[in-house]
Amino acid sequence: MNFDDTPQEAAFRAEARAWIQANAPRHLEPELSEPSVGRIKLRSGDILTESKKWQKKKAEAGWACLHWPKEYGGRGASPIERVIWQQEEGVFIKLESVFLIGQGMCGPTMMAYAGEDDKKKYLPKLASGENIWCQLFSEPAAGSDVAGLRTRAERKGDDWIINGQKVWTTGAHFSDYGIVITRTDPAQPKHKGLTMFFLDMKSPGVVVKPIKQANGQAEFNEVYFTDVKIPDSQRLGKVNDGWNVSLTTLMNERMSIGARIVTGVPEMFDFCSKLMLEDGLAIDDKNVRSKLASWAVKASGLKYTSYRSISALSRGERPGPENSIGKLVSGSMLQDIAMFALDLQGAAGVLNDADAVAGAGQFQSMLLRSPATRVEGGTDEILRNIIAERVLGLPGDIRVDKDVPFNAIPTKGR
Amino acid sequence: MNFEFSDDQKQLRDQARRYLAEHSPSKAVRSVLEGKAPYDKALWKGLAEMGFLGVAIPEEFGGAGAGHLELCVIAEEIGRVLAPVPFASTIYLATEAIMLAGSDEQKAKWLPKIASGEAIGTLALFEGAGNPSPKGINVSVSQGAVSGTKKPVPDGAIADFAIVVARTGSTGRETDIGLFIVDLNGAGVTRKSLANIDQAHGQAEITFDKAKAEPLGAANEGWSILTRVLDRAAVLMAFEQVGGADRALEMGRDYALDRIAFGRQIGSFQAVKHLLADMYVSATLARSNCYYGAWALSTDAAELPEAAAGARISATQAFQHCAKNNNQVHGGMGFTWEFDCHLYYRRANALALALGSLSYWENQLIDRMRLRNAG
Ligand SMILES: Cc1cc2nc3c(=O)[nH]c(=O)nc-3n(C[C@H](O)[C@H](O)[C@H](O)COP(=O)(O)OP(=O)(O)OC[C@H]3O[C@@H](n4cnc5c(N)ncnc54)[C@H](O)[C@@H]3O)c2cc1C
Repeated sequence: MNFDDTPQEAAFRAEARAWIQANAPRHLEPELSEPSVGRIKLRSGDILTESKKWQKKKAEAGWACLHWPKEYGGRGASPIERVIWQQEEGVFIKLESVFLIGQGMCGPTMMAYAGEDDKKKYLPKLASGENIWCQLFSEPAAGSDVAGLRTRAERKGDDWIINGQKVWTTGAHFSDYGIVITRTDPAQPKHKGLTMFFLDMKSPGVVVKPIKQANGQAEFNEVYFTDVKIPDSQRLGKVNDGWNVSLTTLMNERMSIGARIVTGVPEMFDFCSKLMLEDGLAIDDKNVRSKLASWAVKASGLKYTSYRSISALSRGERPGPENSIGKLVSGSMLQDIAMFALDLQGAAGVLNDADAVAGAGQFQSMLLRSPATRVEGGTDEILRNIIAERVLGLPGDIRVDKDVPFNAIPTKGR
Repeated sequence: MNFEFSDDQKQLRDQARRYLAEHSPSKAVRSVLEGKAPYDKALWKGLAEMGFLGVAIPEEFGGAGAGHLELCVIAEEIGRVLAPVPFASTIYLATEAIMLAGSDEQKAKWLPKIASGEAIGTLALFEGAGNPSPKGINVSVSQGAVSGTKKPVPDGAIADFAIVVARTGSTGRETDIGLFIVDLNGAGVTRKSLANIDQAHGQAEITFDKAKAEPLGAANEGWSILTRVLDRAAVLMAFEQVGGADRALEMGRDYALDRIAFGRQIGSFQAVKHLLADMYVSATLARSNCYYGAWALSTDAAELPEAAAGARISATQAFQHCAKNNNQVHGGMGFTWEFDCHLYYRRANALALALGSLSYWENQLIDRMRLRNAG
């Protein structure tokens, strides 16, 4: 059990550190260091432009998508090297968030199911940030129950014709490509008649409508498909085997989300160390200490749990469903921390205006964004089901629609 | 980085688990709990023969000379079966104190006896209610003799010797506290067993009346040695707690698969599944914090104080959480004497107080994190 770098790892770290030192966009550091959850908004520039610039620079120097094979734009790095890079990249890693879905989920799915030519054509541009990808899974009637989706794909010669609607599609408004799951055989039970494709988001018939979110931002969208044509060569996996393909995506989703958990604890610790209450510093208050300590051990527990998964990965073991705990624990913790931070400020906690009261506004974005953390990429309830069923071996939920042909499932509004 | 136990250590775990499954069934725990014996003597002897008591004691002092990671592995297994033996008091507290601060003579005198199971030790720290604090120490030593009353002393009724935390001056400062080895079978020692929530581990009141006290470590460094001993014990006991938490989770899971209600396994109800999933989460977080603690302990890292507090808090919460919800999953059965749920519930709540309460460790953690952030 140790944290020491091997000589090889130490050399890698030194190289990474030197390169980041010389190349990172230092002027963004103060803004990127502020507490944030979800998508970053920069005051001093456009996040998309800045993210693409940094990603391109990294790609050109061989620091993009470290664990991907070189021929697809990666570096062929080991899991440990990837972690070392993330440690060294520090706050600049936040500039990767617009690429997270593409590189973390769509990329691995393409790698597993696309043809060799397509991999060579699309993956390097995904790695370098030139192209952004989105994941078109959720629908109005099919979120947690993804397999209940209704977007249709019908075969027409060498093409497929897609009709239907997706929703909550993060980044669709600036994405170049997407992976989409569709229903190709409604006469089969719901998990069996699905097929996966990738598509050009500029294809005729694709309409993207941004949705204004509860926190006022607009990260996600509705996406409408009207007679959108996708060549059969862009099918991922076998016809009607889309569910299995989607499991690859979702597995990678948990891993890539799990790898960069934001807990809010360092920010809260810092806040309490400076905040004066009536009787002195917040951090000297018994009640504050007790809460801080409980959050701190959750945050450290998550950190060392991820170290354990990395150790397992580096021994060649596959990441398991236990990686679900990162988001499950941090989601509601972020909410609790934000609420308590506001509570400590008393009446002024309500203010969002840093000019009006010192320290105001620090936890507002955490408060307003954190509800989404508990929903995106699997709700708390679904994650608990996964742990209960796949880790603890408890029986699956009773599924009344499991063996029924999809078009015979009685559903309100269908 | 490698954040896992080695294959050899895993093998040791399997060996310890097999041994304890056979030699420490819950029947044995119950017989101590019900007062039929003060502790499981045969098991204690067996643990010594397996080399488990001296696993972290250097070979020159009769131990296996393996190390603290190995001791963590064994502590977890002790915790899984709630072994009714004075393991924590002797190994985490008395042994660690002697290894940290003892002279060569003291080590040569006590460590081989501990490794062989011949001597049971303990730490006599508390004096009634409250948490570890120099201000709480009234038992005093003068001219090589200790006087005053300590309670609760874990395994105090069966221990052969105690490390006694005592006052050596009158300023009330940390530097006025010393540690002393006292032979509990010697003159001037009176003991009385005290009833407690987990009778499978005895607690005692010990009154010293000019009992002979031999200094352990430098006279004015008692409190700082004690703090280090508590940190080390916190990591080791956290492993014991995680072992208990894991077993409570397993029991709950097994029962949920076994018990049928409304025509289904109760484990198919989401409310029950989610209860168990949350138990898994807290046990996993605690385990990971423990691994960090184990790393810090085994390398004597500067991070040990913070890592120890983190492991302790996390493991205390996890064991209490798993034990209480294990009872819940078992329904009415969980509240019967016959089922083992209460054994875990008792132990979880007893261990939670053993080295200072949760709030004590929360304070320690925050102080230590502040120190790091300031530095
Ligand atoms: C910020 C954000 C970004 C997103 N980005 C994307 C994206 O890029 N691409 C994409 O495809 N999707 C995306 N999503 C969609 C996300 O995956 C879904 O919102 C999520 O899976 C939940 O589905 P739902 O919203 O339909 O809620 P529902 O499934 O309707 O859930 C409503 C409630 O019912 C509970 N529930 C549902 N089923 C069960 C069950 N079996 N057991 C117990 N409780 C249950 C849920 O836990 C929840 O509390 C995003 C969502 C958010 C919030």
